[in-house]
Amino acid sequence: MLRPNGPVARCWVKILVCMKQVPQKDAPLKLNEGGTWIREDVSYEVNEPDAYALEEALRQKEKHGGEVVVITAGPARAQQVLREALAKGADRAIHLEDDRFVGLDAFNVARAFAAAIKEDAFDLIFTGLQSDDYGYAQTGVLLAELMGWPHATIIMQIEKKDSGIRVKRELEAGFFQFVEMPLPAVLTIQSGINKLRYATLIGIKQAKNKPMRKVSWDDVSGAVGENLQKVEKLYVPQKTKKTEYLEGSPAEVAKKLVDKLRNEVRVL
Amino acid sequence: MAIKFKGVDFLEFDTLLSDEERMVRATTREFIEDNLLPIIEQCNRDGRFPRELVKPMGELGFFGPTLRGYGCAEMNNVEYGLIMQELERGDSGLRSFASVQSGLVMYPIYAFGSDEQKDRWLPGMAKGDKLGCFGLTEPDSGSNPGSMRTRARREGTEYVLSGEKMWITSGSIADVAVIWAKSDEHGGKVRGFLVETDRPGFVAKDIHGKWSLRASVTSSLSMQDVRIPAENLLPKSSGLKSALMCLNQARYGIAWGAVGAAMACYDCALQYAQFRKQFRDQPIASHQLVQQKLVWMINEITKAQFMLLQVGRLKDQDKVRPEHISLVKRNNVWMALECARMARDILGANGIADEYPIFRHMANLESVKTYEGTHDIHTLIVGSAITGIDAF
Repeated sequence: MLRPNGPVARCWVKILVCMKQVPQKDAPLKLNEGGTWIREDVSYEVNEPDAYALEEALRQKEKHGGEVVVITAGPARAQQVLREALAKGADRAIHLEDDRFVGLDAFNVARAFAAAIKEDAFDLIFTGLQSDDYGYAQTGVLLAELMGWPHATIIMQIEKKDSGIRVKRELEAGFFQFVEMPLPAVLTIQSGINKLRYATLIGIKQAKNKPMRKVSWDDVSGAVGENLQKVEKLYVPQKTKKTEYLEGSPAEVAKKLVDKLRNEVRVL
Repeated sequence: MAIKFKGVDFLEFDTLLSDEERMVRATTREFIEDNLLPIIEQCNRDGRFPRELVKPMGELGFFGPTLRGYGCAEMNNVEYGLIMQELERGDSGLRSFASVQSGLVMYPIYAFGSDEQKDRWLPGMAKGDKLGCFGLTEPDSGSNPGSMRTRARREGTEYVLSGEKMWITSGSIADVAVIWAKSDEHGGKVRGFLVETDRPGFVAKDIHGKWSLRASVTSSLSMQDVRIPAENLLPKSSGLKSALMCLNQARYGIAWGAVGAAMACYDCALQYAQFRKQFRDQPIASHQLVQQKLVWMINEITKAQFMLLQVGRLKDQDKVRPEHISLVKRNNVWMALECARMARDILGANGIADEYPIFRHMANLESVKTYEGTHDIHTLIVGSAITGIDAF
């Protein structure tokens, strides 16, 4: 195993990967009683873009040496994503464990992360591009701001340079952008940029003995403020059918139809 | 159709598993879904063993997973069982291959072999670089292996082996065969020998025209005065008991594997029944007779899971008895075969097409019911255990 400052390879990067446990993509979801979020008793999995972020971090470590640390904020069940990451090759894990992290806004999650890692000196922080549940794509960039580091989003490739790194970003409409940036930095990683590895059976066994640091709510509560988001209502879209007859001459009907398509249905 | 398989867990079986056990199952499931399921029907049609999966399986640690050292993963028996379950949810043929490699070749080398034999074979076998087969059954010697005719005689620093072995999984792709033979030097007692398959006089021929286990290799082995160095004797093997100890390992895995095949059939039939509409545009899952079949399946699968977990935990504590393993092998393969037949029934004509996995599982399970101790022989092992009277 590669160790920082070990004889095999000089440690050049210490990478933190922020991971989130989200409801399984095809799990049947049930709303909670208040209708504000889904019930806890669904199947969970690792947020897909985060899995790619982890894979990229592991590949960077294999190429250049270093250390990969994974972090998550969530209840006890969220430990599973860290265990999987350790089984795949991450070196250690940090679990901010509390039910209050469920539904906490991205700004406060980023604040909690920043507080939890203040003793560590990372060169790079990866997050997945966005989470599959809320989909804000905010945690990474907010964390960069809090750390005072540069960031780049939707990363497809990372190349080490003497001055730092050169990254490839995915833009709209098939365009790419190449950015050179200094370290330390925060990158949010695009899904599908590499082939995810399986956890090997030996990896699963070894994961048991890798360090997992628990961070309680109290440990970071000084940095975290009031939850900035509140889901008022979550509901399954109601399927409704409505038929409306437009009256008038063909020209008038056409005009009304265009108006409806443009302003009501908004398909034009 | 084709909603992703999420496991079969009616009675919160998973709550009895550790995080590691669930992860082992998840890794195997993912591997099978990505790599075997997309090709298995074509392999089955072509009668082709997907050899390209052997190396990746070795890299993941699927071979000899319960052994200590030699690059093996040091899994517990429940983890080993869950691997077998997931492999066989893919295909019994691939699971058979893994059972043979782990339970019937690596295990006897590990348990009865010399340090030199272990060092020579186990690391390569764990990686999948070296493959093995197990030669016990003969054309005229099946349920009663004591009637075997294969002989080993000592000549100087060598043993000379002669005989025929039949229905040998992986026979023609193996680098080494664990051959059980009556040894003249040991008073006609059955001993185990490691026979490199490139020795002169050793011929492996594949058995063609199989309706079952088409995605695994089944061969006959012919040995005509095959000379092996004396150090190829498995020194700690003693009598048929040693061969039966190997079978116990493999049978235990089969009992788990069968549940995987049953889950595949159940999952397919359940999805189909919810999707297929007949009579008043209602899904056939709303019909009482269809529900009865689905309930029978989930009931039997659930029972099988809990029996296996108990047997696995007993095995980890070294408390498992052969009749325990006979009970689960017998029950689970039988119920899996019944599940496959019921699932075929629910799918109607679609059930016979290889667009669905059911008929393949059904045909595979016919072999599984017979090999590694037939259903009836396991009945007699359990019968003997409870009455104290051998009926065979």
